Amino acid sequence: MYTFSSKLKTLSLALMIIGLLGVGYGFLSAPASVDEVKVLLQESHNSHGEVAATADHSVAEKGDAVQSEDAHAEHVYHLLKNKPWSALYVALFFFFMISLGTLAFYAIQHVSQAGWSVVLFRVMEGITAYLPVGGVLLFVFFVLSATQNHLFTWMDPEVVANDVLIQNKASYLNVPFFLGRAAIYILGWVLYRNYARKMTLAQDASTDLSNYRKLFKSSAAFLVFFLVTESMMSWDWIMSLDPHWYSTLFGWYVFASLIVSAITTIALISIYLKGKGYLEFVNNSHLHDLAKFMFGFSIFWAYLWFSQFMLIWYANIPEEVTYFVTRFNDYKVPFLGMVVLNFVFPLLILMNSDFKRVPWFIVTAGIIVLIGHYIDIFVMIMPATVGDQWFIGISEISSVLLVLGIFIYVVFNAMTKAPLLAKGSPFIKESEHFHY
Amino acid sequence: MSNKVVQAMYNDDDILMDAVKEVRAANYHIEEVYTPFPVHGLDKAMGLKGTRIAITAFMYGCVGLVFSVWMMNYMMIEQWPQDIGGKPSFAFIQNMPAFVPIMFEMTVFFAAHLMVITFYMRSRLWPFKEAENPDPRTTDDMFVMEVIVEGNEAELIAFLEKTGTVEIKVTEKH
Repeated sequence: MYTFSSKLKTLSLALMIIGLLGVGYGFLSAPASVDEVKVLLQESHNSHGEVAATADHSVAEKGDAVQSEDAHAEHVYHLLKNKPWSALYVALFFFFMISLGTLAFYAIQHVSQAGWSVVLFRVMEGITAYLPVGGVLLFVFFVLSATQNHLFTWMDPEVVANDVLIQNKASYLNVPFFLGRAAIYILGWVLYRNYARKMTLAQDASTDLSNYRKLFKSSAAFLVFFLVTESMMSWDWIMSLDPHWYSTLFGWYVFASLIVSAITTIALISIYLKGKGYLEFVNNSHLHDLAKFMFGFSIFWAYLWFSQFMLIWYANIPEEVTYFVTRFNDYKVPFLGMVVLNFVFPLLILMNSDFKRVPWFIVTAGIIVLIGHYIDIFVMIMPATVGDQWFIGISEISSVLLVLGIFIYVVFNAMTKAPLLAKGSPFIKESEHFHY
Repeated sequence: MSNKVVQAMYNDDDILMDAVKEVRAANYHIEEVYTPFPVHGLDKAMGLKGTRIAITAFMYGCVGLVFSVWMMNYMMIEQWPQDIGGKPSFAFIQNMPAFVPIMFEMTVFFAAHLMVITFYMRSRLWPFKEAENPDPRTTDDMFVMEVIVEGNEAELIAFLEKTGTVEIKVTEKH
C-alpha cells in the first residue's frame, strides 16, 4: 500500500495556495475599465517611442485616428480581461487532458489485452482519479464562460447578431447545447473510469474472470465513445474559440497532444514511485516501453502538427490561413519553439535504445515534453482569446501551480486507496516477468 | 587450429535457450546457433554484442535528409523554378513546407535501403549464395547449436547430451 507522504501533501497544498493567490492577483490586476487600458497603452507607446506608435496607427486613417484609438483600447481591454481566464483555462484543460489521455491509454491496454502494462494499472488509475475533479472544474468554468467572460465569442449574442458565419453555426454553437454536450462527455468518461476501477478492484478479490470480461467489454465500448467524444470535445472546447476557423484533423491533433502528455505523466509518476521504493515489480523494460511510446507519439504529434499546417499553408484560403498568420505574427517563439520541445528534443534524446532505460533521461525528456505540450495548448487557446496581449506572467504560472497542486493531491491520494499491484489481472505474471 | 565442432540439435526453442545458458555457464564456446525463426532473447543468452546497425541507420537517415534538401533546392529553386499554387519558388526557405514530405521520405528511404544493404554485407549474404546452415531441418522445426571443440571432445559431448539435445554430430567446420 502506498502512503501519501506528508512532504508531498504539503507541497501540493502549498502549490494550491500559491496558485490561488497568484490567480486571484491575476484577476484583480486585470484592467477594470477601458480608461485604464488607454493609460496603459499610452505608457507603452511612450516607452516604445514613435516607431511603435506610428506602426500601431498605420492601419487607421488620419481622420479616424481618435475613434480607432478608442476602439483599439476597448479591444485591448477585452483581451486583457480574458487573460487570467484563459490562463486558468489552459491549465485546467492541460491537466484534464493528461487524465483523459491516461484513461484512453488504460482502456487500450485492456482492449488489446496487453501483458506488459498490467503492473502500471494502479498508477494509471491514480492519474484518472483526477478526471471527475477536473471535469467538474472545467464544467464550472464553462458555465462561468457563458456569463462571466468572453473567451467563447459565439456565446455573446451581440457578436452573433453581427456575424452571419456564426449565425449559420448557431444550431450547434449555442450555450445550452454546448453545456449539455460537455456534460455528456465528462459524465461518460467518468462513468467508465469509475466502472473500470471498480472492476479491477473486484478482480483482485475474485477467483474467476467475470470481472475481467466485463472490464474488457466496457473498455471496448468506452474507446468507441471516446473516439467520437474526444473529437467533438476538441471542436467544442478549443476549436470553437476561433468560431470561423475549422480544421478537419483537429481532433486527432488534440488527441496526439493528449496521449503523449498522458504517457509521459505515467512514466514520471512511475519513476517517482519506484524511486520511493514502491513499484518494485516495475523494471526498466516497462520504462523502456513507456519511453518508446513517448518517442513514438511525439513523432505522431509532429506529423499531425505539420499536416494541419502544410495543407492550410498550401491552400492559402483566407478564412483558414488566418489561424496560422496570427500564430506566426504574434506567437512566433512559442509556436515554433514547441516544435523543438515536442519533436526535435524527444526525437534526439529518446532515439537511442539504451537511453530509454535510464530514468533520469526519461525524466528530463518527460519534463521537456510536458512543458512543450503546455505551450501547445497555450498556443491553441491564447491567440483566440488574448491575441497579441499574451505573455507568460503571474496568471499563467500560478494557474499551472494551482491545478498542479490539485492534480498531485487527487492523484496520490487515490493511489493510497488500493494496493499498487493489480494482482487479479490474468496477465499479471506476464507483466511481472516482462523483459526485453 | 582445429575446426572441429559439435552440432547439437534441439526440437524446442525453450530447451535451446536453457541449453545455451548451461553451455555458456560451463565455459564452452558457442560458435553459432541456427534457428528456423528468430528466438527472442537468444542474442543476449549467447552473449552477442549489441548490434550497431541503429547507429548506421541514423547516419544514413541524416545523409538522406541532406541529400533531399540539396535535391529539392536544385530541382525546384535553382534549376527550374516553378510557381505552384501561387507560391513562386524563389527561396528555399519560403517553399520549405512543401519539401518536408520529400525530406521525410528520403530520410526513410536512405535509412531503410542502406540499412538493408549494410545488413547483407555484414552478414555476408548475396544473391545465389549457398546456405550455411549445417542441416536443412533448421529451416523447418529444428534448432542447431554449434560448439567448438577445445580439449576433451568426449567430455563436451557427454555434457551436451544432458542439455536435452535430440541429436549430436561431430564435424569439421570450413
